[in-house]
Amino acid sequence: MNKLFLKIFTLTIGFSFLYFPILTLIAYSFNDNKRVMVWKGFSFRWYKELFHNEQILEAFYTSLKIASLSATFATVMGVMIGFSLTRISKIPARPFFIFLSSSPLVMPEIILGLSLLLFFISSNHIIGFPSSKGQLTVLISHITFSVAFVAVIIQSRLSSYDKNIEEAAQDLGTIPNMIFWKVTAPVILPAILSGWLLAFTLSLDDLVVASFTTGPGANTLPIVVFSKVRLGLSPEVNALSAIIMLIVILAAISIYLINRSNIKK
Amino acid sequence: MIKNLKKQNVWFVFTPYLWLVLFFFVPLALIFKISISVSEWGMPPYRDLFSLSENGLEINSTLGNYLFIFSDPFYIRSYLNSLSLAFTSTVLCLLIGYPIAFYVAKSKTNIRNILLIMLIIPFWSSFLLRVYAWKVLLQGSGIINSILIHIGLISEPISMLHNHYAVILGVVYTYLPFMILPLYGYLVKFDLNLIDASNDLGAKPLNTFVKVILPLSLPGIVAGSMLVFIPVVGEYIIPEMLGGSDKLYFGKIIWDEFFVNRDWPIASALAMSGIIILVFPIIIFQLMYAKYNFKNE
Repeated sequence: MNKLFLKIFTLTIGFSFLYFPILTLIAYSFNDNKRVMVWKGFSFRWYKELFHNEQILEAFYTSLKIASLSATFATVMGVMIGFSLTRISKIPARPFFIFLSSSPLVMPEIILGLSLLLFFISSNHIIGFPSSKGQLTVLISHITFSVAFVAVIIQSRLSSYDKNIEEAAQDLGTIPNMIFWKVTAPVILPAILSGWLLAFTLSLDDLVVASFTTGPGANTLPIVVFSKVRLGLSPEVNALSAIIMLIVILAAISIYLINRSNIKK
Repeated sequence: MIKNLKKQNVWFVFTPYLWLVLFFFVPLALIFKISISVSEWGMPPYRDLFSLSENGLEINSTLGNYLFIFSDPFYIRSYLNSLSLAFTSTVLCLLIGYPIAFYVAKSKTNIRNILLIMLIIPFWSSFLLRVYAWKVLLQGSGIINSILIHIGLISEPISMLHNHYAVILGVVYTYLPFMILPLYGYLVKFDLNLIDASNDLGAKPLNTFVKVILPLSLPGIVAGSMLVFIPVVGEYIIPEMLGGSDKLYFGKIIWDEFFVNRDWPIASALAMSGIIILVFPIIIFQLMYAKYNFKNE
């Protein structure tokens, strides 16, 4: 009994700590007062204002575009790295390649952002590319730090899986090209999907690297939100938080339900 | 598969190789170059390392930027502050996260899956907005002050924002899921019968924990600690939103040196020193840990 109490107590305190700030923010998003913390009455006022805020809507669209492109490129290159490191022995300067593909994981984003910005400025001086800072430079930067994360996921999947099944397929007379599509691809597909999702969220969430490498016309959502809340509070941002939480909760629940029905099968 | 890759080897390896050299290695080499350059008015605001003049080739390199940083306690303190913030919050995340991960992992399957989803939701939701939530809560007119006044603990709102305690709170809150999830991953694989076995053999609960549970969850502890420690070392957003001027951190110093003072050589030297002081120890630790694991297997 004592043990059960301790368990329920710990979990209640723990989850309250995780959820209390988020839920408070959602509750106050319905507050009909410009002063965020003084309750005046229930209303959808800030949601209406949010949906008429061109700046936020445009930033949201920019973020989605950069995140999906960056996740796709990063996944393709992450898969290439994963395969190269687990399957190809003759890589020139292999330790250097390992260093390159893993150290973005431990590099503080502020240093990454600074170095990329200085690089873009210099390369603009020398070869005229990129012609200006903007969505392209943010995209390149996001791909660069996401690749390492995808590569780690793919590598761990590939190194834990039994290569014999490929040889078995070969012995059974499968054409080499088909082996990849029929045997290898299905096995690593979950790793590819979770790599893509991780790269997508990393890009969507990034403020620091984007702040360094952005330019005119490339304000991502975190940049706009940060400019609104850096010095004060913003009721529109409260409404935005509530919407994002809703999307995340719905996504989490649907993944839970899909998993459950898969297990039942 | 191996034969099949042979023909495609070249672009399979070299596309990502070239990308990382170009957009990761060259930029790092560039900030190294700028960090040993002399500051100058103009665009770009530093003198070229090599220049041709009447006297022939001139090399304008200097260690002055590094000497400047390491002779000024202001910069040294910011490195120490960042290290101590990362260390404190890693320990706190571990102390808070371990019991949560343990009990979630020990729950019955259907409850466990729901709790796991509840752990993943804050992990997925926007980092910036979770920090902002604490800014709202800790306001003078915020809900925590209101509660404290209501129950009579304080009579007037106290200032809880803009100090380093708010920063620690914000860091622990936002990084807690990064600690819990890897811990959970190892604890869920853990065979509960081992605890019973240890108890049956007469071990006290504390002994069971220290000698059985802890060693088996060590990889989870290391993985979770790395996921917290590494990003917190360079953290910029949380000190900027919740912190004050009582403690300055390395991330904010670089930001200000670049965007406010526009001193590229100093900002670059700070970044290079940051890599040496803050990042190298992490890489060395990881290599040593990998070796230790390899030996034990």
